[in-house]
Formats: sequence, C-alpha cells, structure tokens
Amino acid sequence: MPGASRPLSPFLIYRWQITMFLSIVHRGTGLMLSLGAVALSVWLLALASGPAAFADAQAVYGSTWFKLPLVAWTFCFCLHLTNGIRHLFWDAGIGFDRSTIQASGWTVVLVTLVATAAFSLLVIV
Amino acid sequence: MSLVTPLNRVLGLGNAHGAAEHWWMQRLTAVALVPLALWFAVSLTTLPDFSYAAVAGWVHRPVTSILLILFVGAAAYHSFLGVQVVIEDYVAGKFSRVAALMGSAFAHTGLTVAAVFSILKIAFGS
Repeated sequence: MPGASRPLSPFLIYRWQITMFLSIVHRGTGLMLSLGAVALSVWLLALASGPAAFADAQAVYGSTWFKLPLVAWTFCFCLHLTNGIRHLFWDAGIGFDRSTIQASGWTVVLVTLVATAAFSLLVIV
Repeated sequence: MSLVTPLNRVLGLGNAHGAAEHWWMQRLTAVALVPLALWFAVSLTTLPDFSYAAVAGWVHRPVTSILLILFVGAAAYHSFLGVQVVIEDYVAGKFSRVAALMGSAFAHTGLTVAAVFSILKIAFGS
C-alpha cells in the first residue's frame, strides 16, 4: 500500500488560514515581481535607446492587453510591500500573538486591494 | 559534543555558509526598498503621460536618476536573494540547481547593468 500511512503536509490537513495564505502568496508575488523587474529593465533600455525604440516598447507596454500584467504586477507590488513590512515587524519580534497576526494579515489584504485599485485607476486604466 | 569545529563556531557559520549574511542582506534591501518602492510608485502617478519626452525628462532629473539607480540596485539584490531561496527549495537535482542558480545570477547582473547604464545614459544625455 504505497503512501497508505505517510505523513501529510500541513496544508493538506489544516483548514486554510490567513497566515498560511499570505506566507505562500508572499513568495509567489515576489517571483512575479522579479519578472516585473525584467520588464522594467527592458523599458529603461528602450528609453535610453531613443524615441523610436521607446515608441516600439510603448506599442507593447501601452497596449490594451498589457494592462492585465500591469494590474497583476501592481497587485503583487502592493501585497509584497505591505506584507514585507509585516515581516520586518516580525523580525523585530513584534506582532506574533494570534489576534495581532490575524489582524495584520487582513490589514495587508485590505490595503493591497485598495492601493491596487487606486494605482490601477490613476496610472494604468 | 558538538560536531561544529571551534573555528566555525567562532565564525558563526553553519553548513550553509553565510546564511546570516544572506538573511541580513535580504532585510537590509527590504528596509531600503520600502521608501524607494513607494517613491517609484508615487512618481509614476505624477507623470503627465508616458510619452518619450515626459518619461525621459523625468529620468533626466538628477534626483530621479539617483533614486532610480538606488531602487533598481536594491530591488535586483533583493530579487536575487529571494529567487536563490526559491531555487534552493524547489530545484532538487544537483546539476539543474547549480545551472538555475548561475542563470539567475547572470540574469540579475545583466539586467541590473542594463538598467543602471540606461539611467546614466539618459541622466548624462542632453
């Protein structure tokens, strides 16, 4: 009976909680932002290459379909930044009791959604 | 009885070598990125449009050039350290792990040089 009584990973046993959700999302958004840094570098390189090259880049970066990755990167940026500040407080030993850690987690979600909507409406859409 | 040699205990290094340095640099760049990332995002909202004249004129200003280089540098280092941890966690094969770590290092270095050079070219251009 392969796998009959093997131990399971915690995420298969416990109900989903805000703490575990933000933990894996922090890593996922970080990776997405690394891809965003590639896009930013290409954008700056096009800018330094002159008006014609920048116009070519803007044909992609300013297109309608590219609004989707831009809004996604904005979401990742806001979540990774706000949750990163939460991590820095933990590094200082602050905010580990159950009520605080859940409140700070939901604050991250709320601030991320509001900031993503605000930046998207101001700059992207 | 400890299996750590007296020298390594004094140096504060475990078998991963330099883990404390990795941890410290990830936090140092994180703290630097809080104001730099906020400045970058707010700056984008103040641009009148994304025409060549508007964006190049913004990057050309000395304060923008300096803060942008700091932002790109801190973000690249922070990204390099983060991607390294993800590779070490999920890429199990010895060859593929080394290849992925090298690829990440080359990509981060190349893109950082490209971005910083681009900023400087606009900064020192007419």
